[in-house]
Amino acid sequence: MNIQILGTGCPKCKSLEKATREVVEQNGIDASITKVEDIVEIMKFNIMTTPALVVDGKVVVKGRVPSMDELKLILTNKIYMI
Amino acid sequence: MNLPIFKSRNFQIALILLPIWYIIYVNLQPVTDWFIDSVSGMTKGAHLTETIRFFIFEFPKVLMLLVLIIFFVGILRSYFTAERTRKALEGKSTFMGNIMASLLGIVTPFCSCSAIPLFLGFVESGVPLGVTFSFLIAAPMINEVAVILLYGMFGWKVAAIYISTGLTIAIIAGWIIGKLKLEKWVEEWVYATKLGEGEGDEEKITFSQRITMGYDAVKEIVGKVWLYVAFGILVGAGAHGYVPAEFMASFMGKDVWYAVPLSVLIGIPLYSNAAGIVPIVSVLIEKGASLGTALAFMMSVIALSLPEMIILRKVLKMPLILTFIAIVGGGIMIVGFLFNYIF
Repeated sequence: MNIQILGTGCPKCKSLEKATREVVEQNGIDASITKVEDIVEIMKFNIMTTPALVVDGKVVVKGRVPSMDELKLILTNKIYMI
Repeated sequence: MNLPIFKSRNFQIALILLPIWYIIYVNLQPVTDWFIDSVSGMTKGAHLTETIRFFIFEFPKVLMLLVLIIFFVGILRSYFTAERTRKALEGKSTFMGNIMASLLGIVTPFCSCSAIPLFLGFVESGVPLGVTFSFLIAAPMINEVAVILLYGMFGWKVAAIYISTGLTIAIIAGWIIGKLKLEKWVEEWVYATKLGEGEGDEEKITFSQRITMGYDAVKEIVGKVWLYVAFGILVGAGAHGYVPAEFMASFMGKDVWYAVPLSVLIGIPLYSNAAGIVPIVSVLIEKGASLGTALAFMMSVIALSLPEMIILRKVLKMPLILTFIAIVGGGIMIVGFLFNYIF
């Protein structure tokens, strides 16, 4: 699984990255996590609120930091709201 | 998709909490007075007594107002996403666009950390520059914390004055920036950036999840501002009891003609959230500062700040930043003078 975290370096972006890494580690998910900080790259995902979480190229969360429970559902079961 | 974790009894909990909130809120003043006058054994009217009375009444009152209103604002805002706002503003020109953008700026969730992607997302999809500016002025200036605190500490009239003058400034400043055709002072890469494919889909959420978003907003915002509120009210309480009335009149009174521009000039680089500045402004007014001067000071602190300008510098060239500051600062000064003249 390819996970990208989009954010220009705001505090919330950092907490999303931290939470994602924790969930991935705790659940033994096989994933590569990259942080996208370049605004031009971020705009390619057509989002206007950061941070955002991208799984395999698809934006699944934007503008907020989901709870650990929600993150787990997103990353293990691929259940998300968008 | 309805996530299982959201299937909690959100709605019932809210229904139970509301009457409890109300009972506590209406009894705050009598309980405070009863405690101070009958239990504590402090002398009524003494400086220290009145300072403590002010604090233990005002702080819980303002905090409770914040919790309640931010909860509802959190729910309301789940309906106004940046994507919907952009769609509403696309292709809108001149005055109507500026009015809509300013109004939407109040209700659309906004955080200065998202100012750049939002600016790019708006401008790239055809929202005119001036309309985008109306949004960028209104969104930070008329925020829920400022309005709640103004209502809690000054009453609804001052809160309404703040909202309406803030809106007017956002509408007219954005309109002027649009008329000046300043697109040449936007960094070239902005117009070269291409938005990605995809509709910019929205989250499909149920009402129960919106209530969760209300709780989350309370946790996030109140968790962040309560300390500033406590500090601001503590300073306010101290001044309330100890600083002589009319102390500020000679610096920030009606008759000091340079007070408004000076307050705005000091306020522009200052950065504070509304939670810290409103209680301080309430002290200034209580001690003789005029409403217009205090309002102008507060607006310039909240609406314009150095950190925000540094963020915007990424997309705007210096002349546009300075024009932006001059137009908004000028608008705030006019508001200040106007209110000093009227009241």
